[in-house]
Amino acid sequence: MSINRRQFLKIAGISTVLGVGGAPVINWLRNDCLEASHVLTDEKALTGKHWAMVIDMSKFETEEDYRRVIQACHSIHNVPNFDNPKDSIKWIWADTYEHTFPGQENEYIPEEVRHKPFLLLCNHCENPPCVRVCPTKATFKRKDGIVMMDQHRCIGCRFCMAACPFGARSFNYKDPRPFIKEENKEYPTRTIGVVEKCTFCFERLSKGLIPACVEESQKAAKEAGKEPGMFFGDLEDPSSEVRKVLGTRYSIRRKPELGTQPSVFYIIGGGKNA
Amino acid sequence: MLEKALVGSRRYWTWIFFLSAIVGIGFINYLYQFKHGLGITGMSRDVSWGLYIGQFTFLVGVAASAVMLVIPYYLHDFKKFGKIVILGEFLAVASVTMCISFIFVDLGQPMRVLNVLLHPTPNSILFWDMIVLSGYLFLNIVIGWVTLSSDRKGIKPPSWIKPLIYLSIPWAFSIHTVTAFLYAGLPGRHFWLSAIMAARFLASAFAGGPALLIILALIVRKLTKFDTGREPIQAVGKIVTYAMIANVFFLGLEFFTAFYSQIPGHTHPFKYLYTGLEGHGRLVPLMWTSTILAVVSLVLLVVPQWRSSEGILPFACSALFVSLWIDKGFGLVVGGFIPNPFEGVTEYWPTLRETSIALGVWALGFLVLSLLYKIAISVREETEGIEIEH
Amino acid sequence: MKLYDGGKIITGLIIFLGLVAFPFFYNIGKANVRPDPKIDTPAIKELKEKKCVESKEFMRAEHMKLLNNWRDSAVRDGSRLYVNTEGKAYTISLQNTCMHCHSNKKKFCDECHTYMAVNPYCWNCHIAPKEKET
Repeated sequence: MSINRRQFLKIAGISTVLGVGGAPVINWLRNDCLEASHVLTDEKALTGKHWAMVIDMSKFETEEDYRRVIQACHSIHNVPNFDNPKDSIKWIWADTYEHTFPGQENEYIPEEVRHKPFLLLCNHCENPPCVRVCPTKATFKRKDGIVMMDQHRCIGCRFCMAACPFGARSFNYKDPRPFIKEENKEYPTRTIGVVEKCTFCFERLSKGLIPACVEESQKAAKEAGKEPGMFFGDLEDPSSEVRKVLGTRYSIRRKPELGTQPSVFYIIGGGKNA
Repeated sequence: MLEKALVGSRRYWTWIFFLSAIVGIGFINYLYQFKHGLGITGMSRDVSWGLYIGQFTFLVGVAASAVMLVIPYYLHDFKKFGKIVILGEFLAVASVTMCISFIFVDLGQPMRVLNVLLHPTPNSILFWDMIVLSGYLFLNIVIGWVTLSSDRKGIKPPSWIKPLIYLSIPWAFSIHTVTAFLYAGLPGRHFWLSAIMAARFLASAFAGGPALLIILALIVRKLTKFDTGREPIQAVGKIVTYAMIANVFFLGLEFFTAFYSQIPGHTHPFKYLYTGLEGHGRLVPLMWTSTILAVVSLVLLVVPQWRSSEGILPFACSALFVSLWIDKGFGLVVGGFIPNPFEGVTEYWPTLRETSIALGVWALGFLVLSLLYKIAISVREETEGIEIEH
Repeated sequence: MKLYDGGKIITGLIIFLGLVAFPFFYNIGKANVRPDPKIDTPAIKELKEKKCVESKEFMRAEHMKLLNNWRDSAVRDGSRLYVNTEGKAYTISLQNTCMHCHSNKKKFCDECHTYMAVNPYCWNCHIAPKEKET
């Protein structure tokens, strides 16, 4: 049978496509999962429909108050510490009122508010633009409201960083491991080329613990004999702490006009007239 | 027809090796970036897209510009574009190759790029960008190749190519609209949050791309026996002029909205780019160069005696191309991130390695362009005198 | 029949064969040792029943798929409890479950991976237990 070059190339091409394409089909047809095994959620896990956080800024007075909370998060999550601000990675950090609520500032606010650093973190928005733009669903919204990161899937396109109106996301521009002071062996690090941010301590929630920052701030408050400055709970549970606080104190959120519906609420002033 | 790219004069091979050398150096720097991470660039937590994405944005425009030749020739039977259409289609192929390469070098985890197809996410504009760019590349390769090989044989192209050609027209508009949508739908970035982004993108595409095409056609005429003719170049020149007028007008509209409303979110990025903000003004000289070049090129293009002079026209087109390259390939992307979401300023400037990688991608694009043009020119030189009939 | 450009062709063929056969030449003399993953870590010695999450045969062939499924369950679905075919429950965690017993990455995981020339990048992020330099 004589065959010319063109026919040969056509046959070779189609065979290659069938061969390469056939492999995943066969894989898919193979039953790789064991029949009797299955996956459950831990009984101890905290469950909720809409996790939220309330930060009462009047309870944060000294630098130490902030440092403890930030340190609690960054240490257990192996967040690296870069000298160069360009590469910086932060899950929770402090900044001024003017920077936290740009557009809200005016010349006449109380000095103590103007100079007080505010705690910032991912707002775990109800309507998150970062989730909308992610091309691989590496960042996605869980049923309990947490905007989650799957660092296995992230391709490092940084579209989510462009989309986030709150600057809550960081990118691993370098290998983070040399810059981690002390590794927490029970939690992974990240690797170069992926985006990371606060995840509302999803791994602690699955063990029945509240986020580390909230726990630390409540511990500090107890030690100092003060009222706690951070609350965490389920907004859909009318008896939760967060609902009680939000129902009695006036709260604001960052950039509400954008419609992202943040789940982190701030109580600015202290005292009865806040 | 590929063999036509493998025979050439000494000048041709010198050019090919020169481009390959730049690609090689860029590639070595890319390997360094792959190992050490994107920290070797000038990007930061605040400015998370820089030169690579800017160049990608600009080049999508150049790629889309082929449609400015396809519409008159295939839809309206403007026979004068017969010889020049292939140059536009091959320019589109080279441009889309560069676009895809720029995205690839910008990714933090490029080995995972197929995740976009394995986990399709229709609500993500980046997903659609991948689809439309790949589709456009495929369309132009097939259309260019098939029409050229039919010309070489002296016959009409097969009838199935017509629907593909017609498809490439809205597809060209779609690639740049989708790219504009990457920016125009982000709630936190007020510099980009404007309905006119897609219109601006298309206008600057239809000015910049054909301008480059004019320059390339004139170079081809000088270096080879392939002459696209004086009239097609003049017609393209008119397209460039009108598109540039629209582009500059649209930019003016943006300025008006920002500075008449006086809303800080709108004015601050413009202030950063054109006057500096809070003591930071690294991009100011660049943006004003772009503005001056735009005005100069417009003046030279609008006056018919100057536009029709084939000595002045390439100069006007070069000024226009550089102006748009600065505006779209740099100012637009960086300006969106400054000021940051906290109203602070973190400046951006590409590093040496980053620039080398970018130049490597440009050289790759020009390599593809040179090889394809060599084929097209060789075929045309062979078939000189034979009437082209599509 | 004359072989045109014979010199170039023969030279090219020799270079090509040399390149293709290089891996074989390079490894001549190196003993091809069967991988011998060691399961004598302190954690495993303390176990009453020396059983892994699933059987040895299953793990050998399917631990890659299992880990992929674990990854998706834990990260994407939020479910961290794996109940195996015998009904025993394990916390889904490479670092804290798998590596807790198999704390000798070099003598266990790497044995087969190096032999098969695969390079899973799990440990770029998941911290491998520190091992004594022997």
